[in-house]
Amino acid sequence: MSARDANVEAQLARTWADKPGLVGWLSTTDHKRVGRRYLVTAIVFFALAGLMALVMRTQLALPDNHLLGPDRYNQFFSMHGSVMMFLFAVPVMTAMGAYLVPLMLGARASSFPRLNAFGYWIYLFGGLTIFVAFALDAGPETGWTAYVPLSSSDFSAGHRTDIWSQMVNFTEVSALCVAAQVVTSFMVTRAPGMRLDRIPLFVWAQVVTAFMMMFAMPSVMLASQALQSDRQFGTHFFNPGEGGDPLLWQHLFWFFGHPEVYIIFIPALGMISSIVQTFARRRIFGHTAMVVAMLAIGFLSFGLWVHHMFATGLPPLGNSFYTIASMLIAIPSGVQIFCWIATLWLGRPRFATPLLFVLGFFALFVIGGLSGVMLASVPLDTQVHDSYFVVAHFHYVLIGGAVFPLIGGFYYWFPKFTGRLLSEGMGKLNFWLLFAGVNLTFFPMHWLGLAGMQRRIYTWPAGLGWEWANMAATVGSYIVGIGVLLFVANVVWSLRRGQVAGDNPWDAPELEWATSSPPPPWNFTEAPVVRSLTPLWSDTPIEWLRGLKSDKREMLLTSIAEARPTARWGCPDPSIWPFLSALTLTLQFIWTIFDPWGWVWASIPMAVAMTIWFWPKKSEPSME
Amino acid sequence: MSQQVLAPAADQAQAIATVWQTMFWPNVVIYMAMLAALAWALWRRRAVVADAAVQARQERNWVRALVAWIVFIALVLTAYTAVSFVQDRHRLAHAPDALRVRITANQWWWQVDYLDPDPSRQVGTANELHLPLGRMTRIDLLSGDVIHSLWIPALNGKEDLIPGRSTQLALTPRAIGHYRGECAEFCGLQHAHMLLPVTVESPAAFAAWLDARRAPAATPASPSAVRGQQVFESGTCAMCHAIAGTSADSHAGPDLTHIASRPMLAAGALPNDRAHLAAWLVDPQAFKPGTKMPNPRLQPQEVSDLVDYLEGLR
Repeated sequence: MSARDANVEAQLARTWADKPGLVGWLSTTDHKRVGRRYLVTAIVFFALAGLMALVMRTQLALPDNHLLGPDRYNQFFSMHGSVMMFLFAVPVMTAMGAYLVPLMLGARASSFPRLNAFGYWIYLFGGLTIFVAFALDAGPETGWTAYVPLSSSDFSAGHRTDIWSQMVNFTEVSALCVAAQVVTSFMVTRAPGMRLDRIPLFVWAQVVTAFMMMFAMPSVMLASQALQSDRQFGTHFFNPGEGGDPLLWQHLFWFFGHPEVYIIFIPALGMISSIVQTFARRRIFGHTAMVVAMLAIGFLSFGLWVHHMFATGLPPLGNSFYTIASMLIAIPSGVQIFCWIATLWLGRPRFATPLLFVLGFFALFVIGGLSGVMLASVPLDTQVHDSYFVVAHFHYVLIGGAVFPLIGGFYYWFPKFTGRLLSEGMGKLNFWLLFAGVNLTFFPMHWLGLAGMQRRIYTWPAGLGWEWANMAATVGSYIVGIGVLLFVANVVWSLRRGQVAGDNPWDAPELEWATSSPPPPWNFTEAPVVRSLTPLWSDTPIEWLRGLKSDKREMLLTSIAEARPTARWGCPDPSIWPFLSALTLTLQFIWTIFDPWGWVWASIPMAVAMTIWFWPKKSEPSME
Repeated sequence: MSQQVLAPAADQAQAIATVWQTMFWPNVVIYMAMLAALAWALWRRRAVVADAAVQARQERNWVRALVAWIVFIALVLTAYTAVSFVQDRHRLAHAPDALRVRITANQWWWQVDYLDPDPSRQVGTANELHLPLGRMTRIDLLSGDVIHSLWIPALNGKEDLIPGRSTQLALTPRAIGHYRGECAEFCGLQHAHMLLPVTVESPAAFAAWLDARRAPAATPASPSAVRGQQVFESGTCAMCHAIAGTSADSHAGPDLTHIASRPMLAAGALPNDRAHLAAWLVDPQAFKPGTKMPNPRLQPQEVSDLVDYLEGLR
């Protein structure tokens, strides 16, 4: 490194530094710090919701068990589902995106850094709200789907359901913030030369997901607002006695709820693609087919929500349409599986923990996918819907399809996040514990469903032959618990003692590995020039486009299709106001649980906070 | 009591089991083939030096294989969809001479009404369903409060009972026996204890059973049972329950006219015997926390009399 470079980096460090102390901690807009917080928060929520699952499995290990009463059990399974779906699965995927997308695009920062930070705070406060409520015996009690009229004020008195519905609003606001940020980053902050056909599949996955969020999330927000309005103001959106309809809730909920599953799954596809490519030591086979498949999944996923409602007596011909749409999803999914296997065949695979988790994904997810094809059949669905067969199906899909790739991705990118590798030995043990535990927990549940055990029962009677399967599932869940504990132990141990990684420990081809581990606050000193899908595997060393200022927070904007440099953009400074704005929105959301006037009065501090946040500053560099 | 999806005892469940058989084995084969392909991709012998021309040829072959794979999936899905469609029409088929029943679900019990063109021959019961062998029964499904779902795995798939709507379920049983029916849609605190025991019997036995339902309640046979009837009619019981032939005629809770002949108490929460009935009357919430039945606060003598009375209602 020349003396000039050292000077430039010192100046960049001053320019991109956060303020010191607590204020700096609260006002950071660095997508890596925000992304790390997102990840840690989501994993903590995951662990808590997992503990709840262990308690539920303990309750269900034996017949007629009364460790938990019905009220407590209902809160446990409602929390488990709501936390896993709203506070873990979606946020953890967007967290990986928040951290990695700007790095993979070769950008110095994300497109809306303050919005990104605001999104995190809203997510955190929403999560805290529901956990505090749960600790005060006011957790949700009507499942993560909160079907009306069970969730109406007649059957769910008190504020439990109001708090749940407000938690939904928190997480959806947060998700929309991240979605806007990811899409904009994708459109205008790509490295020069990163044409549409040179974008990593991980980024495509995040973009497809972000678009899906924009279409799916408003539906559930609309539903939860209507529910709150029914509960607070006595409107009749869902009241059949006054012309409303309980099925309206299910349509609105599943119009969000089914894409939600793919919002969780598609980012995992991106992670698998990165891992398979690196460890097969070969560019991914069928890059275009993979992108088209992801777009197809994203599109189709909005056309099959009714398969959650086959037992509600909708017209048979309409149901048949949703059968076909649901089955069609198997085609793009099959294309993806095929392309990964082809990549491994054509490449020279190297076994390491990240790839092991991807292989676990194949073994688990395809079981869930095939049982999903069976669920698409109307007659078969009416048998296994709302039974333990479905519980088995969606845990295979979500754990196999999302959690395994996520953990694989965590092992893969941990050196980038922290500068150290996770222990491979513990990693392999970790994999086998989780793989065995998940199968032992969920495989017998297929049989339980076919043997007539319905979902969401707090206890079950002896004498129906359900004993062995429930005991096996409980033992399996404890093994999963030990596996997760080992994962946490590995992270804690490796943070201190792990092998130092260097910039690119896996010899990976994508841009996030072109900078140091962990990356500096400005990510890249100069803008990398991209000439292929796998820039770090090209024969010539990477070229850098010079000219970005180091005394101002400046980043390069490029054109949408060809990624030609178009402008230098002054990235906003860190600010405490996203945090304070999030506090005012939290005040409003919590206030309105108890008193509708909160909508009015809490909007005043929110307007003040947001006005200051968006107040134009003369000192900020403008577009050049 | 049977509750196996794959041991069908009715035409409808048989149609569904056919779909299962059609899809299950091909899926197992596809899964195994996928794992085999993955293993082959991972552990095949590889040339030490990869020739660019060889690689290009390999990649072209994989593209052809991808196209073939897509066509294969599409064909399998078409077959699955066709079988599913045909069997679903079997499941939904009507029979003109079907027996008509109306089931109304409530938190957490089932009201069962046998319909008849002659209104005087209509009769209601609760938490039990008897069906004649070999004849279709068409059930209209209603809900009195939240969404429930009626699932009798050995006879048919489930169908939701939705407030403000009416749905239908057809059952054509083909084997005499006892089957477990249950609520499959989460409906609150006692979703776990909302069973509907189903009895399939010969047409003659069914007709006899239905005729017996039409009879009013048995008159109490002992002095203690007479006192029990007084307790029932003058106490809190009659505020929710009906017993045909007495002054108790409220339908907020299950009809108890022939309570002693039913297989279980409290929609499957308890076996139907003297000891459990007495315990239930002393503290319903202990056995079914959340049940709408309040503690009737009876004296021990009253409980004993009441049990004598109810045990006589066959």
